[in-house]
Amino acid sequence: MVTRYMLGNEVIAHACCEANIDFASGYPGTPSSEVIDILRTQNDRDFYVEWSVNEKVALENALAAAWTGIRSLATMKHVGLNVAADPLMTSAYTGITGGLVILSADDPFAHSSQNEQDSRRYALFARIPCLDPASVREARTMMIEAFALSEEFGLPVLFRPTTRICHSKSDVEPGEVGTDHRTGHFERNPQQYVVIPAHTRVLHKKLNEKLGPLARALVAKGLNTAEVKGSTGIIAGGIAASYVQELLPDGVSFAKIGAYPVDLEWLGGFVAQHEKILVVEELSPVIEEAVRMVATSTIVNGKMDGYIAYEGELDPASVATAMGKAGFVPTEVFPEVTAVPDIPRRPPLLCAGCGHRSVFYAMKRVFKDGIFPSDIGCYTLGIQLGVVDTTICMGASITVGSGIAQSGEERDVVCTIGDSTFLHTGIQGLLNAVYNGANMTVVILDNRITAMTGHQPNPNTGMTARGVESPPVSLEAICRSCGAAYVEKVNSYDLTQCLEAMKAAKARRGVKVIIAYQPCVINARRAGIRRKPFTVDTDACTGCKACVRFGCPAIEFHDEKASINTLCSGCSVCAQICPTGAIRMEGKK
Amino acid sequence: MSGSYDVLIVGVGGQGTILASNILGEACLLEGKSVRGAETHGMAQRGGSVETHIRIDGKYGPLISPGTADLIISFDLLEALRYSHFLKDGGTIISNTETIIPTSAFQYDAEVPEAEDISRQLAGRDVLTVDAAALALEAGTILAQNVVMLGAASRHIPLTVESLKEAVRRCVPPKTVDTNLKAFDLGRAALE
Repeated sequence: MVTRYMLGNEVIAHACCEANIDFASGYPGTPSSEVIDILRTQNDRDFYVEWSVNEKVALENALAAAWTGIRSLATMKHVGLNVAADPLMTSAYTGITGGLVILSADDPFAHSSQNEQDSRRYALFARIPCLDPASVREARTMMIEAFALSEEFGLPVLFRPTTRICHSKSDVEPGEVGTDHRTGHFERNPQQYVVIPAHTRVLHKKLNEKLGPLARALVAKGLNTAEVKGSTGIIAGGIAASYVQELLPDGVSFAKIGAYPVDLEWLGGFVAQHEKILVVEELSPVIEEAVRMVATSTIVNGKMDGYIAYEGELDPASVATAMGKAGFVPTEVFPEVTAVPDIPRRPPLLCAGCGHRSVFYAMKRVFKDGIFPSDIGCYTLGIQLGVVDTTICMGASITVGSGIAQSGEERDVVCTIGDSTFLHTGIQGLLNAVYNGANMTVVILDNRITAMTGHQPNPNTGMTARGVESPPVSLEAICRSCGAAYVEKVNSYDLTQCLEAMKAAKARRGVKVIIAYQPCVINARRAGIRRKPFTVDTDACTGCKACVRFGCPAIEFHDEKASINTLCSGCSVCAQICPTGAIRMEGKK
Repeated sequence: MSGSYDVLIVGVGGQGTILASNILGEACLLEGKSVRGAETHGMAQRGGSVETHIRIDGKYGPLISPGTADLIISFDLLEALRYSHFLKDGGTIISNTETIIPTSAFQYDAEVPEAEDISRQLAGRDVLTVDAAALALEAGTILAQNVVMLGAASRHIPLTVESLKEAVRRCVPPKTVDTNLKAFDLGRAALE
């Protein structure tokens, strides 16, 4: 094979094909999304692939597929693993026959996440193996190993890359795509697959009996390695191991943890040969806890005594600092520098012409002192427009909204949720709010796609992961069948329609649903939809800035007048806002 | 010492930093050099500030630490200032002469530094600027600004101009190869 410059997620997807995968499911979430995106568009190998409606659904599907003896993959980001935690915990008990790999991508520094949780904790909690690659190249070999390991021990394997693996690139030599195909066959075995208490008690014992041999096998397979070179040493895992290796001075021992559970006897043997050990890892002190557990007289430095921060991500400079503090001399010296202060921020924004922006504008106009719970998606960027008061996790806008509405709070509660998020875990919240008689407005921002993570289709798109047409779900019918009496569908670009629907919702009691529809502007452009751009008649412009406050990146303001730049997608909403009629379609007077 | 030549490409989401990094990566493959890169995905693509790290001859992690970049290529002057602390002593910044004013600055009347202010704040650094928009238009499309910037930086990057141009051929859409090669040459000529 030839060497290629590949993205970590691309390498991981390719490795799945090398490992003869026959089933893949997932829910998009940065930094994991490209794995399924690449699998769904690759042609060298035929297998089943789906974007599931949420992570629990993805994992249960993949688990069942693995029960039939085929190799399956479920992908998600770390917070998605919370959604899948219920089946995860029991999947370790039932075990699998075909290989099952659960990819849960962690995001140290929360580049695009609501928290910095550590998926390794879930693996330990569920008592399944976890593989933690230190580089893009290692992600490839480890993914192949993960399927084999899963089958050898009859356990799901958690594969935990971090952002700097998923979204890193490296020169890689990918192997050949596998040609072996298996067909699923379910062997009835209630003692294994029906977790009534009588079976569970047996399965739990069996699971625990697997762990000792498993931990020893991870060392034997070379996933956890150690080399003694002196009286002091460093232990590192994940991408942090790469940073340490770059800076490791001669005469310092090094142990690399690539897999969990760590064999404590092996670890203890390494630690005991040293006077001092520094543990370097991102997120939770998972390795450090194990090291402290086995250390008798060895001094242990790490997160727990302040040598490394608990939060954020590491880089070579921060690793060098920690090494220096612990008495090691890194091979490179990093200068202390500070960023230039007071540079205007450049936060990510809703796109020019995004339908969400006009809906937010109408919301703010009608519900002036409203409370605005929101959710996970592009529209979270509505915080820039002052219409996002809460964001917790997928699906929580309706539930947070109903909680506030039921608390006795008298202001209007208006929550926003995207179509993909509504289908992910929003429906239950709506059902609950209606059933329990909440008084609130639910705005479904329907752009027919999962936009933020890179435009993955969902049941509202009318297309499967493989691009096969599929009947789009009716959000209206779902909302009505949840019991919502007022369900109104509006065109997001039609400000009058949006305002009227909001006013009507405000005047009613109970749960009101407004479905604001307009295809994602990026997708619309890709589909060939072209609208004429708008322009400002500078004679008519009074410089009132009403359009500027709308926050569209296509609108600028120079010399006391507004102007429209080339980003304009012709949505026309600014023209509807302008009080003097100064904004017109190009070429019109 | 790691011995890698570390390039930070910065700009605004949507300007093509990832394509530029792919071109450098491909050129490394052509010369048989190892390479590591890290890029911005997700949230920051929506017109936010973005950064892409490329370590030519890199063998370990993909991240460049502040104060250690050999070269910063910036598609926007304001972003050059924002990331200037990544530059090592003796390193070079090659930046577009223009700035996309952040939308929030219009909304909240924030002060955006003028080109002269930015130059003043970058004083003491080796800074070269290129009018990427004009050169890209001259090449045939405003979209080729990222390749203009790579051409401009090509005299500093430890890769041959032949492999860089071959990498451009391999990385850009087939229909746009000629335009992009012209953009590369115009950028390279601009910093002669």
